[in-house]
Amino acid sequence: MGAFSEQTPINVITGFLGSGKTTLLKGLLAAPDLSDTAVLINEFGAVGLDHELVQTVAESTLLLDNGCLCCAIRGDLQGALRGLLSQRQGGQVPNFRRVVIETSGLADPAPIAYTLLAEPVLQHHFRLGGIITTVDAVNGGGQLQRFPESVKQAAVADRLIVTKTDLAEPEQLAALYTSLRRLNKSAPIVEIGDGDIQPATLLTDDMYDAGGRDREISQWLAAYTAEDALNHGGEAALIHEHADHVHSFALTYASPLDWTAFGIWMTMLLHHHGDNVLRIKGLLNVAGVPTPVLINGVQHIVHPPAHLPAWPGEARHSRIIFIVRDMAQSRIEASLAAFNNLANPDAAPGQAA
Amino acid sequence: MCALCGVLGGRGHWTESAAAPEAFASRAEAHTRARERQTRTRLVNRVLSHYGLRLGDWSGGSHVLRGPTGRTALVNNLSQMWAAADDLCRQECDPLDEHLLQHLRGS
Repeated sequence: MGAFSEQTPINVITGFLGSGKTTLLKGLLAAPDLSDTAVLINEFGAVGLDHELVQTVAESTLLLDNGCLCCAIRGDLQGALRGLLSQRQGGQVPNFRRVVIETSGLADPAPIAYTLLAEPVLQHHFRLGGIITTVDAVNGGGQLQRFPESVKQAAVADRLIVTKTDLAEPEQLAALYTSLRRLNKSAPIVEIGDGDIQPATLLTDDMYDAGGRDREISQWLAAYTAEDALNHGGEAALIHEHADHVHSFALTYASPLDWTAFGIWMTMLLHHHGDNVLRIKGLLNVAGVPTPVLINGVQHIVHPPAHLPAWPGEARHSRIIFIVRDMAQSRIEASLAAFNNLANPDAAPGQAA
Repeated sequence: MCALCGVLGGRGHWTESAAAPEAFASRAEAHTRARERQTRTRLVNRVLSHYGLRLGDWSGGSHVLRGPTGRTALVNNLSQMWAAADDLCRQECDPLDEHLLQHLRGS
């Protein structure tokens, strides 16, 4: 075991209280493509789920010695997922090919990622799929301003699902979109009104899915490329302040990066600043490796790199997307350049034009 | 060990190319795990020298980190090493610290 293709993907559906997580899940599970999905939910809410494989979990968290909140094993998930594995192997449950975890409205998605990566049994059998965050079209804007939990859920998302759009005024929607784009530009925003859900790619496309990987990468690169074109690559224009001082930006490098130096830098950055690095996604041109290397991190947690079979365009530029809290782009950029320079002092990573 | 599939130990650390062989499969140059460890140790020691720390190999599997007073810590990967480094040099090793960056540019 171990290759991504052999591991069962786990999607996380998160979102603030009352933002429509269970309604979304119910709509998704109705699709024939997703009928072989096991579901773990934190509690039975007002919306009933009529699905063969639903279990409830209690969101218990085992804090590790270092006291870091994101590097914590979710004991409830550990038990539930190990149980599902045993039941699948024993033929006691249908042979599910995907798991969806619906979190509570105030949950932090980072410990779920950590549990899948660090738990000695689960890491061989499961991998994190896309994180899907629901945002209420009417109340979402206010929640992003008032609740750090809501900001974090939107920042770590791979898909932002704006729900109840049929109840929102056009001005409300426009303001919410502006907020979400500033917070997380790479996650596609999908609008759903009263139950009109288009399922398949919401759950199935992600960085580690061989079938959907190309689409996924093209999507988040396009989001930043469009912005670069608008802003002519100016640093000031790429920084967007947001509630809770969270902002996102992309670093682009024309010269190849040294993988060893990058690993030293990134582990040091996350050790010291991981609480404030909410999300990192990147497509790297690694020196000596002809194909692009993909990186994916949530706070202190970095998943093993994946790859694309070929570069999506002609330019072999490294592109690293950061969503950070209270950290200046210029300092991160200067630091990475100094570390990369250690491996190849004659060719510091030049910013692409 | 994974009790269900019998795989011993966990995956390698994400910084080690052996943790994701398919991501580095197209690499043309001959590559060995030992050489990668040597390069990593050499580069990380350039950083650690700013703090009076030094990383050495330990039986080809782990590393030993030595502090300025002779205290040591065994570490298995870079993430563990930074935690041990903070402890041994009694300060937080911050990659954004301008003094460190000046040290790296001059080293």
